[in-house]
Amino acid sequence: MAKAAAKTVATATSSAERRPALAGRTASATGVKVEVLPPAERISLRAPEASVAALSKALGLTLPKTPKTSASKGGRTALWLGPDEWLVIDEAGKNPLADCAGVSALHSSVGISHRNIAISVVGPAAEAAINSGCPQDLSLEAFPVGAASRTVLGKAEIVLLRTADEAFRVECWRSFSDYVFTFLSEGARDAAG
Amino acid sequence: MLLIRCPYCEEERPELEFRNAGEAHIARSANMAGESDDDFEKFFFIRSNPKGIIYERWRHIHGCARFFNAVRDTVTDKFVMTYKAGEPKPSKLPKNSNEVVAK
Repeated sequence: MAKAAAKTVATATSSAERRPALAGRTASATGVKVEVLPPAERISLRAPEASVAALSKALGLTLPKTPKTSASKGGRTALWLGPDEWLVIDEAGKNPLADCAGVSALHSSVGISHRNIAISVVGPAAEAAINSGCPQDLSLEAFPVGAASRTVLGKAEIVLLRTADEAFRVECWRSFSDYVFTFLSEGARDAAG
Repeated sequence: MLLIRCPYCEEERPELEFRNAGEAHIARSANMAGESDDDFEKFFFIRSNPKGIIYERWRHIHGCARFFNAVRDTVTDKFVMTYKAGEPKPSKLPKNSNEVVAK
């Protein structure tokens, strides 16, 4: 019995693989495609004004100081979430947490790569699909390309980033991901109809 | 839906992103242990609950997550103005608010 249990554990360890929430799930409707994006490195960064320059240098991009904006360079994006708060997403496989570790200026960087799931919503009806549960004005005048904001989608909190005229990146907590994905696919169907 | 101006985001945002956090400008005593029971009761429980203009704390919880202060009319539910946390209570309200008060 004990032998069998040990064998099971050994098998489980050797075949361990990372299985991100909702991996590979997609949904499409006329004019909009909802898709789960591959895993990325993320940090939640909190820092006072005086540390921003040093952190920008370490991260290799200028942390935005204007509300509802983001900055992007070499596969790494920093989203303004609050006056002293940023979400840094790295899709190029580099670790922003390690880059911040060497900065002596006062700051707090917390790795949240596995906490979030990213969903892309692309197509002419993307705006309408997200607006099915998000009360913000997402017209290009109010929410231009590069605009980023923490907001709500239905009952869940999301971080929204406009990556192109007709493309959005929706970041949500992984425990909310099923709800958010389903909400967006239904929103997409409504937007198409 | 109400649009509430967040002084940190510098724009009007839908009310779903906000949460009320009670009356504003209630100073906590620096010497809490020395407070008399009556004074503590006033600080802790007694709120003005006016009909008309009220000064409240609000939090942009699903946005920038910052607390700020807002002047609101409890009769009309209209927001008269908002200002950053830590700023003094405005001595003068914007002109158009007189109309709201009169009602």
